[in-house]
Amino acid sequence: MTDIDLKAMLYGAEHDVARDAGYPDAPPRMGFFTDTSICIGCKACEVACKEWNHVPEDGINFTGMSYDNSVSLGADTWRHVKFIEQPKSLGNNFAGLQRAPVDLGMPTLTRPGDELEADQASEFRWLMASDVCKHCTHAACLDVCPTGALFRTEFGTVVVQQDVCNGCGYCVPACPYGVIDKREDDGRVWKCTLCYDRLGEGQEPACAKACPTESIQFGPLDELRERAAKRVEQLHESGVTDARLYGESPDDGVGGDGAFFLLLDEPEVYGLPPDPVVTTRDLPSMWKHAAAAAATLLAGIALCFGGRRS
Amino acid sequence: MGVKTFLEGWPVYRQLTGTDPLGRGAAAKSKVSDNLTSRNTEADRVVKSVCPYCAVGCGQNVYVKDDKVIQIEGDPDSPISRGRLCPKGSASLQLTTGEARGHQALYRRPYGTEWEPIDLGTAMDMVAERVLKTRAETFAWDTEDGQRVRRTLGIAHLGGATLDNEENYLIKKLLTALGVVQVENQARICHSSTVAALGTSFGRGGGTTYMQDLQNSDCIVIEGSNFAEAHPVGFQWVMEAKARGAKVIHVDPRFSRTSALADIFVPIRAGTDIVWLGALIHYVLENEKYFHDYVVNYTNAATLVSEDFRDTEDLDGVFSGLDRDKHVYDTDSWQYSGVEATAASGSRDSQYDARTGKGKSVADAGRAESHGHGGPGPSQTPHTDETLQHPRTVFQVLKRHYSRYTAEMVEQVCGVPREQFERVAELITDNSNRDRTTAFAYAVGWTQHTVGVQYIRTASILQLLLGNIGRPGGGILALRGHASIQGSSDIPTLFDLLPGYIPMPHAHLDETLRSFIEADSADKGYWANLDKYLISLLKAWWGANATAENDYAFDYLPRLTGSHSTYETVQLQIEGECKGYFLMGENPAVGSANTKMQRLGMANLEWLVVRDFSLIESATWWKDGPEIESGELRTDEIGTEVFFFPAASHTEKSGSFTNTNRLLQWRHAAVEPTGDARSDLWFMYHLGKRIRDRLAGSTDERDRPVLDLTWDYPTAGSQDEPVGEAVLAEINGWDAEGNHLSSYEELKADGTTSCGCWIYCGVYKDGVNQAARRKPGKEQSWVSPEWAWAWPANRRTLYSRASADPDGNPWSPRKALVWWDADAQKWTGHDTPDFPPTKAPSYRPGPDAKGVDAISGIDPFILQSDGKGWLYTPVGLVDGPMPTHYEPQESPFENLLYKQQSNPVRKAVESRHNRYAPPGNEPGSQVYPYVVTTYRVTEHFTAGGMTRWLPYLAELQPAMFVEVSPELAAERKLQNAGWATIVTARGVIEARVLVTDRMSPLTVGGRTMHQIGMPYHWGPNGLTTGDAFNELSSISLDPNVSIQEVKALAADIRPGRRPRGAARLRYVEGFQRRAGVTASTGQEA
Amino acid sequence: MTDVTKDGLVGERPGREAMIGAHGTTERLRPRRGKRRGGEQLMVPPAEPVSYYGKPVLNRPVWSAGDIAGYLFTGGLAGASSVVAAGAELTGRDTLARSAKVTALGAISVSAGLLVHDLGRPDRFYNMLRVFKPTSPMSVGSWLLAGYGPAAGVAALTDVTGLFPRIGRSATLAAAGLGPAVASYTGVLFADTAVPAWHEAYRELPFVFVGSATIAASGLGLLAAPLAENAPVRRSAVLGALVELAASHRMEGHGLVSEPYAEAKAGRLLRASKALTVAGAFTAATLAGRSRLGAAAAGGALLAASAITRFGIFQAGLQSADDPKYTLRPQRDRLQSRG
Ligand SMILES: Nc1nc2c(c(=O)[nH]1)N[C@H]1C(S)=C(S)[C@@H](COP(=O)(O)OP(=O)(O)OC[C@H]3O[C@@H](n4cnc5c(=O)[nH]c(N)nc54)[C@H](O)[C@@H]3O)O[C@H]1N2
Ligand SMILES: Nc1nc2c(c(=O)[nH]1)N[C@H]1C(S)=C(S)[C@@H](COP(=O)(O)OP(=O)(O)OC[C@H]3O[C@@H](n4cnc5c(=O)[nH]c(N)nc54)[C@H](O)[C@@H]3O)O[C@H]1N2
Ligand code: SF4
Ligand code: SF4
Ligand code: SF4
Ligand code: SF4
Ligand code: SF4
Ligand SMILES: [Mo]
Repeated sequence: MTDIDLKAMLYGAEHDVARDAGYPDAPPRMGFFTDTSICIGCKACEVACKEWNHVPEDGINFTGMSYDNSVSLGADTWRHVKFIEQPKSLGNNFAGLQRAPVDLGMPTLTRPGDELEADQASEFRWLMASDVCKHCTHAACLDVCPTGALFRTEFGTVVVQQDVCNGCGYCVPACPYGVIDKREDDGRVWKCTLCYDRLGEGQEPACAKACPTESIQFGPLDELRERAAKRVEQLHESGVTDARLYGESPDDGVGGDGAFFLLLDEPEVYGLPPDPVVTTRDLPSMWKHAAAAAATLLAGIALCFGGRRS
Repeated sequence: MGVKTFLEGWPVYRQLTGTDPLGRGAAAKSKVSDNLTSRNTEADRVVKSVCPYCAVGCGQNVYVKDDKVIQIEGDPDSPISRGRLCPKGSASLQLTTGEARGHQALYRRPYGTEWEPIDLGTAMDMVAERVLKTRAETFAWDTEDGQRVRRTLGIAHLGGATLDNEENYLIKKLLTALGVVQVENQARICHSSTVAALGTSFGRGGGTTYMQDLQNSDCIVIEGSNFAEAHPVGFQWVMEAKARGAKVIHVDPRFSRTSALADIFVPIRAGTDIVWLGALIHYVLENEKYFHDYVVNYTNAATLVSEDFRDTEDLDGVFSGLDRDKHVYDTDSWQYSGVEATAASGSRDSQYDARTGKGKSVADAGRAESHGHGGPGPSQTPHTDETLQHPRTVFQVLKRHYSRYTAEMVEQVCGVPREQFERVAELITDNSNRDRTTAFAYAVGWTQHTVGVQYIRTASILQLLLGNIGRPGGGILALRGHASIQGSSDIPTLFDLLPGYIPMPHAHLDETLRSFIEADSADKGYWANLDKYLISLLKAWWGANATAENDYAFDYLPRLTGSHSTYETVQLQIEGECKGYFLMGENPAVGSANTKMQRLGMANLEWLVVRDFSLIESATWWKDGPEIESGELRTDEIGTEVFFFPAASHTEKSGSFTNTNRLLQWRHAAVEPTGDARSDLWFMYHLGKRIRDRLAGSTDERDRPVLDLTWDYPTAGSQDEPVGEAVLAEINGWDAEGNHLSSYEELKADGTTSCGCWIYCGVYKDGVNQAARRKPGKEQSWVSPEWAWAWPANRRTLYSRASADPDGNPWSPRKALVWWDADAQKWTGHDTPDFPPTKAPSYRPGPDAKGVDAISGIDPFILQSDGKGWLYTPVGLVDGPMPTHYEPQESPFENLLYKQQSNPVRKAVESRHNRYAPPGNEPGSQVYPYVVTTYRVTEHFTAGGMTRWLPYLAELQPAMFVEVSPELAAERKLQNAGWATIVTARGVIEARVLVTDRMSPLTVGGRTMHQIGMPYHWGPNGLTTGDAFNELSSISLDPNVSIQEVKALAADIRPGRRPRGAARLRYVEGFQRRAGVTASTGQEA
Repeated sequence: MTDVTKDGLVGERPGREAMIGAHGTTERLRPRRGKRRGGEQLMVPPAEPVSYYGKPVLNRPVWSAGDIAGYLFTGGLAGASSVVAAGAELTGRDTLARSAKVTALGAISVSAGLLVHDLGRPDRFYNMLRVFKPTSPMSVGSWLLAGYGPAAGVAALTDVTGLFPRIGRSATLAAAGLGPAVASYTGVLFADTAVPAWHEAYRELPFVFVGSATIAASGLGLLAAPLAENAPVRRSAVLGALVELAASHRMEGHGLVSEPYAEAKAGRLLRASKALTVAGAFTAATLAGRSRLGAAAAGGALLAASAITRFGIFQAGLQSADDPKYTLRPQRDRLQSRG
């Protein structure tokens, strides 16, 4: 057994996630940088993922949520393209939309981001972003999985082994991003595998391969982080000052995401938690409290028996 | 299993003994995971293919295991797509292997209420019999007034843009031999305007550039195109340009996924682009922003126009020569000065003019599409003034014509504030000069108008003035539609064309081979070789039976007597004259304008053949179409016999697609089709064989063209599939010795060469399938000359001579494409120069020079008779030599520029089922107060046959919807995600509501105007269903090419769902009554 | 910008570096800031936290309420009963001891049954012992059950049959040792999730659950044991109730994230369970020592209270996961306070 820092294995910066998962000679950690600023919302990623992984159709329902009819990530949607219409400018871009006054009040429609700057007329942008499992450095889903179905691969990714999963469902509420979910008719949970089967053969994931604009960039995480930092600078220079990275920092609550993003607004706008923390960060303390509670129970009942026999 | 192995297989044990004590990684890995492989690596073979959806033509790798397709992915070698695929391309595994595909031939007997399975061979025999019977019954040797036509109007064909070039070739060949002239495909309703507009402007009817070259643009104007949604993978080249600093401008009625990535988005009222573009022309001329040296040398700016010419400025919106009663122009007065007008069209005689209504039927016949390919131009040398000062120079005429197309007018008509216009004008002109180039990308947002051709002409003029044609990063990119719609125009399953844009002969006008060639060829430029192209084609079709003595069987070609476009065919079907119909990969019950008329036409047929993947609406209307629901038709009263043949998919047949880059890309079959599914090549070939067998021994002159046809292609495989490459070889052509030709320069007019399509000559050079070349893009320059093969002569950028100055040097060191190598005395560069390779810049033709020799060393437009880019089209178009703004057929606005409301020669069709809303300010026009436009979304394809049946695409856009602004939603009380009813003068449909800021009201002529946007992909069949948009649209056509106006209609919108049953008809009639719509509404010239 | 020079392209850059938002606006074009539609009286929308169309951030737990709340309840009942059993046996309250042991066995069997029933692939329940993961409360719980279940079984069987009394004694003690953990680990099971209402309660949940387990076991003791033997369980009922109520009170004091415990269905369930707890404990302290009926009433109320508590807390988790504000707002506040 290598000497390991148990604490770091639950929370905080973690520099060699594969090694700490038992792969002494792991290849570099692989991941995604999804640059939403160049996404054209085509959903090729959604389809390519489904074709490769034989993911079932996820319901043919019209939502009225801009062009998003997939709604959320889940057992049957592993890539999910979000659409956000906002009365804001994209950098120096100019959208000549004109607005006319309306007396009859707004139709019932809540657009994400509306609330941020409600007073701007004729500014507009349409954000599109392809969401996916974050392949967290500290992956709660993996941590809580009782069967070892969820495991860390040599590429540092987080994968469900379908031959093992017994559908206990624990991973579902553990994920701070709402990614993994149970396929009801199948009984097991499903999510992005980061195309583990393809990676093993040196092929890039299906979604990244299809993406027409390289919004989804796949590669060694270190390289992607470097590239992403430059990209943010580039966008800031071209006037898109709200460009920021999400999930790239190894110091965040999940130790950084293996799949991180460049966003053009606050994470909430994209339905992403702004400061997720892996639940297992608090696990040692939880165990302590549980032990104390157990002791309380034992002692308490013992006490109750300790009295005089009536 | 021993205890030890058991233990070692137990992760807990591995946790305790291995490197993963917490059991979160290596220890927890299962055996299955250990042995995991990518299924791609298990494939027996990887077959090179091309995406079957759109004209981007993305490369695909098809993975096959045990003779089954197990995966389809992008081909990283493709220099166009670089391995990427959009959602449709990504879904092609589901398209080809999914459950939605039919594998059983089906038969619906007359008055039958259900399908019946039928044996494939029996069905083929039955179809062959039907064809011969109908042909016999309807065959006409002559017209009533004695003109030889040798044809039948009893049979029609529709479809071809999804098919391979080889398939289109066999369709056109066999049907033409049978005397069927009504052969049409999507190209008519999609980009026919492109062919006419680009052809008359530059000489060839294809886009002047290719997608990858956009990376070299300094500015890209996307207008009339939803690039990012309709050509998503091609859009990477826009992104590439953006990475290098290019500015991207999107002009569109609504904010789309393309606009989201544009630097500037300009919302415009649908149907007003000529004002916008005309104002840009005005801006360029007024501010002297044109590229002077380019304009003087390479365009017809200096040419003088006839004294007889009167402009729209003089005649309040019409040009000289209009015959209002006949809805036709006499175009003589539009000619150049010093050129005799009649010379251009040869043997026109007075009797002929009288008979046809002064050329009306010829004008109708879509001639513009063939002129579009250079066609006949002025043969004599016209007068010129190189100083551009003479008031009758094209330059000055143009200036006057656009003098009132100002920024203010843009504001008033288009609804675009002048600051926005000026900003765009600045960007475009700042990026168009010696050192910089601007590209225009458009598609059907421009083509599908009653002035569709002229939209594109306006852009052509602008690009010529700015010196952007033929140069890297410049040009006009016509983003074509289907995978091979370019091919189905080049090898046209179109009534008016023969392969290579040779016009179909017209009754009387083109009686003999000689007179035809005289009439339609030019004295100068490459069209002077028409005789070589045509005779080689006739040799390809009739081989040894085409001899000098019999005019190379020219007489075998059936003759036109006007327009026989799909929209005329529909009327003939309704009238009962057309009785048999082939639908081979087209779905007019959803995709064509006025779908009701399409279905009523089909309901009146004797027989209908549908070849498709699934039971599309055009195959099932007799049992579940809207007319059945409304009670207009009853299934058991419909006598149409319907045959359904399942089609083979793109992975199941070898053949070539021609993409929007004019690039022929070969697909190799990956597997054989199963069940009754067969390729269209198989169908046509075996149908032809059956027909020929039945006719064998016939002495009837009528049957000679069929029996004399060269029709003996080798077949292979268990299903006797014709060998596609053999057909391609025929298209390429042979010399007398049977050697494969390598270029159309080798064609001869003496019957010693044969060539099925002259512009494709060279595709089988050296006996090698050049279209199958796949040298990876990464190993070549961005031009990638060794990836597949582009027509003409493998040139990627057309008119590239214009990338160099008159002396042959690049205009700028940063815009070098081809140049004159003085040492080698030849043209050289990155691309195959689009110019005679050794013609020096200094070359000037003598006064008697003919043909190619008459093109001087500074004439880049080598198919034009004067070698120039045409700012002004003296001939070729029927609705004017310069684009002029007219309101759409249906518009709730008056034409603010002229008294003339709409295109005076547009084709409005009078039918009970094709009523129009009152135009402009006429009473009742406000009953349909909103402007409606239609378009595509990334997730679906055209009439939906290839997407609505696929779960992976259906779920992404799961319902027909209508996009409205919050303002309109408030005005009409529409609820987001609720239902709305949309009604026009013809029909009513319902759709789910999407309230979005992306739609914005515009201020037009001082009043607030709302636009309504709707995709048109839905229909009642498939996984995601909805009303078809085209229940609303009308047949109203561009007079040049018969394309329908579906991009701008007038409508009303109401909350809630539409009425059902017969009440649906009453509802439409109620609106008609209120608006006072009658048969004559909207019909005036 | 690329130059197309005679020698080829110069200055290429990949499309992924597209300069988004770089051009377009000039001073002249500055979008008109000011009134959005609605003119003068445009209402600023209520300060709802921004979210993606109001959709949840988390995926809601897929457990079925009956299975998992039931599993928690029966597990708690079993665990605490084993302690009661040991106490009773050591103090010679044989009836109470036997009934507690039988209860423990029965309850833990039901509990395990419910857990397996909830699995999507029940036939793979054995994979629960495929790994031992201290990071997974369910793994720990499974191993715990694997130890506790047999102990509780042996304890009950030996008692009922009278065979192997020494083994029985050890088993009884072992079950009593593991029982409290069985009752309390489920607090960690819920807390070790991203569900805000559960996670934020990680300090209190084990106490709520042991308190609740204690009243359940006490309740069962009250039902089963003769008056003469029920004094300890009357006391434990009160003690358990106090622990549970105190812990619940703290659990519900985490501000916004605790809201679900008070609202809607979860709020109703938890209020009912509290009422029953108080009533049951009060009756236990007063009537149950005097009348069988009183003891039975107290016992029934306590058992019901304990069960309902689990359902209430389970339900609160669903509510907490369904509304994105519980996830988003605390995180945003945290970020803000961090600066
Ligand atoms: N995803 C997808 N891709 C496709 C297809 C598909 O169905 N789906 N179809 C293929 C085919 S067949 C074709 S022809 C091409 C067509 O490609 P596009 O022409 O790009 O397709 P559309 O969306 O029909 O129309 C383009 C745009 O024109 C706008 N428009 C409408 N009226 C006007 C107008 O008057 N002026 C201006 N300036 N714009 C106007 C529409 O709002 C729309 O954004 O796409 C091909 N690719
Ligand atoms: N309102 C409105 N109407 C429009 C347009 C618009 O923008 N607005 N656009 C117009 C345009 S540009 C076009 S191109 C048309 C398109 O309209 P259509 O061409 O009618 O529509 P598609 O669905 O593409 O029909 C092609 C059919 O061919 C089938 N197919 C595919 N491959 C093969 C094959 O290999 N063999 C055979 N036999 N069949 C095959 C497909 O399954 C599909 O059903 O719609 C036009 N109509
Ligand atoms: S995002 Fe969720 S599902 Fe993905 S690794 Fe992280 S915790 Fe697991
Ligand atoms: S559902 Fe499957 S993957 Fe999720 S925690 Fe349970 S066993 Fe692990
Ligand atoms: S990496 Fe693979 S599994 Fe994950 S979203 Fe992309 S295609 Fe799907
Ligand atoms: S494939 Fe790429 S561009 Fe298309 S939606 Fe997905 S991330 Fe965006
Ligand atoms: S549909 Fe067009 S863009 Fe999409 S993959 Fe096919 S060819 Fe490429
Ligand atoms: Mo098209």
